[in-house]
Amino acid sequence: MSIKIALAGNPNSGKTTLFNALTGSNQFVGNWPGVTVEKKEGKIKGHSSRDDEVVLVDLPGIYSLSPYTLEEVVSRNFLLDEKPNAIINIIDGSNLERNLYLTTQLVELGIPVIAAVNMMDIVRKNGDKLDTQKLSKELGCEVIEISALKGEGINDLIERAIGVAKSGKRMVAQHSFDGSVEHALAHIEEAVLHDMPENEQRFLAIKLFERDEKVIERLNLDSKIISHIETDIKSCEDELDDDSESIITSERYTYIASIIGSCYTKRNRGKLTVTDKIDKIVTNRWLALPIFAIVMIIVYYVSVTTVGTWATDWANDGLFGEGWHLFGIGSSEYDDAASEYAENKIFLPEIKKALEDANKAGITGADELLTTVKEKDFGAFEEAYGSYGEELAVKENGKYDIAPMLPLDEDGGFADAPDPSEYGVWVPGIPVLAEKGLTAINCADWLQGLILDGIVGGVGAVLGFVPQMLVLFIFLAFLESCGYMARIAFIMDRIFRKFGLSGKSFIPMLIGSGCGVPGIMASRTIENERDRRMTIMTTTFIPCGAKLPIIALISAALFNGTWWVAPSAYFLGIAAIIISGIILKKTKMFAGDPAPFVMELPAYHLPTIGNILRSMWERASSFIKKAGTIILLSSIVIWAGSCFGIVDGIFTFSSDMEIEDSILGIVGNAICWIFTPLGFGNIKAAIATIMGLVAKEEVVGVFGVLDFEGMTRLAGYAFLAFNLLCAPCFAAIGAIRREMNSPKWTAFAIAYQCVFAYAVSLMIYQIGNALTGSLNIIGLIAAILVAAFMLYMLVKPCKSADKLKIKAKA
Amino acid sequence: MQTLKDAGIGQTVKVKRLHGEGAVKRRIMDMGITKGVEVHIRKVAPLGDPIEVTVRGYELSLRKADSEMIEIE
Repeated sequence: MSIKIALAGNPNSGKTTLFNALTGSNQFVGNWPGVTVEKKEGKIKGHSSRDDEVVLVDLPGIYSLSPYTLEEVVSRNFLLDEKPNAIINIIDGSNLERNLYLTTQLVELGIPVIAAVNMMDIVRKNGDKLDTQKLSKELGCEVIEISALKGEGINDLIERAIGVAKSGKRMVAQHSFDGSVEHALAHIEEAVLHDMPENEQRFLAIKLFERDEKVIERLNLDSKIISHIETDIKSCEDELDDDSESIITSERYTYIASIIGSCYTKRNRGKLTVTDKIDKIVTNRWLALPIFAIVMIIVYYVSVTTVGTWATDWANDGLFGEGWHLFGIGSSEYDDAASEYAENKIFLPEIKKALEDANKAGITGADELLTTVKEKDFGAFEEAYGSYGEELAVKENGKYDIAPMLPLDEDGGFADAPDPSEYGVWVPGIPVLAEKGLTAINCADWLQGLILDGIVGGVGAVLGFVPQMLVLFIFLAFLESCGYMARIAFIMDRIFRKFGLSGKSFIPMLIGSGCGVPGIMASRTIENERDRRMTIMTTTFIPCGAKLPIIALISAALFNGTWWVAPSAYFLGIAAIIISGIILKKTKMFAGDPAPFVMELPAYHLPTIGNILRSMWERASSFIKKAGTIILLSSIVIWAGSCFGIVDGIFTFSSDMEIEDSILGIVGNAICWIFTPLGFGNIKAAIATIMGLVAKEEVVGVFGVLDFEGMTRLAGYAFLAFNLLCAPCFAAIGAIRREMNSPKWTAFAIAYQCVFAYAVSLMIYQIGNALTGSLNIIGLIAAILVAAFMLYMLVKPCKSADKLKIKAKA
Repeated sequence: MQTLKDAGIGQTVKVKRLHGEGAVKRRIMDMGITKGVEVHIRKVAPLGDPIEVTVRGYELSLRKADSEMIEIE
């Protein structure tokens, strides 16, 4: 017989630790259908064989079973619809009063409950005492002391929980409410619920008494019955001078206060706890912001600039590139050889002189090349020469061409340059190995292309982000489980709530400046679904690392590398987030009651390494599984689009197809009119924008420096703005899909980003043109209309916020 | 009417009743701020909002706008 047990409890009560202790590695992580709330299931250790399987379902961390938060509704529906055989209610022993509030609601469901009082080691250390037998008698269910962290009492808990589940004994709540409430409840049961199963009646009666809309809807009551019970509720409310919801809540807490006095003895009241001491500094009025800034700098520095970059570079250039030196063996020897080679053959005075002249003449890229020569960085020189070599060669009849001075071979590579694979222990990358293997078995050209560029490239695109993500997820797990994340929300709430975001939205945006994919994944720490969706939609507006080459390209090609282009891109991103936040907050999709920000500041505690690693792995693997398919498929489609095409009227395949002849080019040609009002309605710009979906840096690959001849600065900036703000790369779209857990919301997010990007580019190009004298009446009118609409949405009063104020004052 | 918003930092006050309705009110009550409970106002966030209070032995943060719903004695 298969048994299903639900695990319920407050957030921060040690639920995750207990779940891990009970299920071990036997876990399945997913989402509750249609919502962004995570669902975890696992088979209990030692009970996973087929005939005596015990499945544990981890409910979201909740404080109550009210109908107002998504997590609570999800939990309620699960308990009512799926009817688990038992509920394990985990209770934080050091915070008994509030934790028991949920217990008083769980025991009313009629499902057998077993209460596990956690953190008993801390309770005992504090010198406090809990009389579990007495508590058990008062609650009417078994109470077991455990310490999930130390594994104390876990086996006992499993055995008893299974025993309770198998017994199938109906749970009867021991507490009762005020006489007049009980009277009304009895009436409701008789009038409405008498033909429902007996064990569900109590819970439903209380919910009807509270006028719980979700339960009224569920029971499908007609208005006659509702008005009948309404008189009972009303008379009770009049008698107790409060509304029914408040009556029930107050009564529960009064009941808890009455039993806690006899079961729990606290020794040292009034003494400062460790958490109090930490918070004296960490949320101090003056120190809080500097400390927050330092923590964020550390997170950014490690997960984006240092370790994160090494990890991503290794994954992209090593594992999914040429290859890498195992444990770095041989890399310093190679570096020495490369510098020596460059010193003798490339960093010569005449080349430096030529570049200096070219730089004076204002040739694009000469500046960057010169820097690499001055810094004697061969790798950087190779890369810069790849980008700008052609520019130098053709400008002013080749006056500044340095190619004749360089030791180039027939393919344009550097002749006799040292080969990294000849030094130390060289591990070739997966593409190199795959190519060797495929060539060895005489694989057809197109198939080899599909496997190498389509599939291996696509898988690389998915996995390339994983190492950096792992680093970031360790930080997130640590900040969350130690308790600092709640303080971040506390400190930053005032700023972010103005834009419909949470104080916790700061982290996704900060990480998004490195890479949008982990940035979007980081939004999972935000509890409120609306804030989370808003964060997911706006995180990729911040220019990520892959967008930097686009900014550099436009800046170099059209603005002579003026200093303000790059900062303006970040400013544009931040402005896009703020404007979108304010506008979206007022749309139908985000309207409704504002989310209450009534948040617990949990006690600080040191998380275990095991829990952090597990949380890290859960997030990373769910990205690989859920986002991976989208990324892989779209990479293959784009690859096919660029390799198949029509040359001289014949449909052909070629791995180095001219981009204009490919299917991609044909599509680009067909859609480029869309971009005419933005000033870049040419085929290359259209293709570049499509290629940007694969990875933003691909835009640069399509768009060499030379292609900007004849493009105005305004058009260039409009192109930049569009590519920064429009739909992100496939990897980020996959992450959005994973986190939204809804095709509808994913589509809405992508569509919004594209429309917003289009509107911004249109305004930049058309209004900018009008100001510089090349006026286009129709374009200008369109741009002004867009601007007026945006302005209207920005200043339009926010209805829901008004409603709240009225409510509060009434 | 004296509300929690008017109470100063460091004060301990007793809740008289809760005003308003809907999600925010229910949430405040679910977190333990009910009639008759003692609330200690601990601190204000660096930017002036929200506030941190101690109630039923734990730390809770809520916005000033929401604390206006809580009438105190």
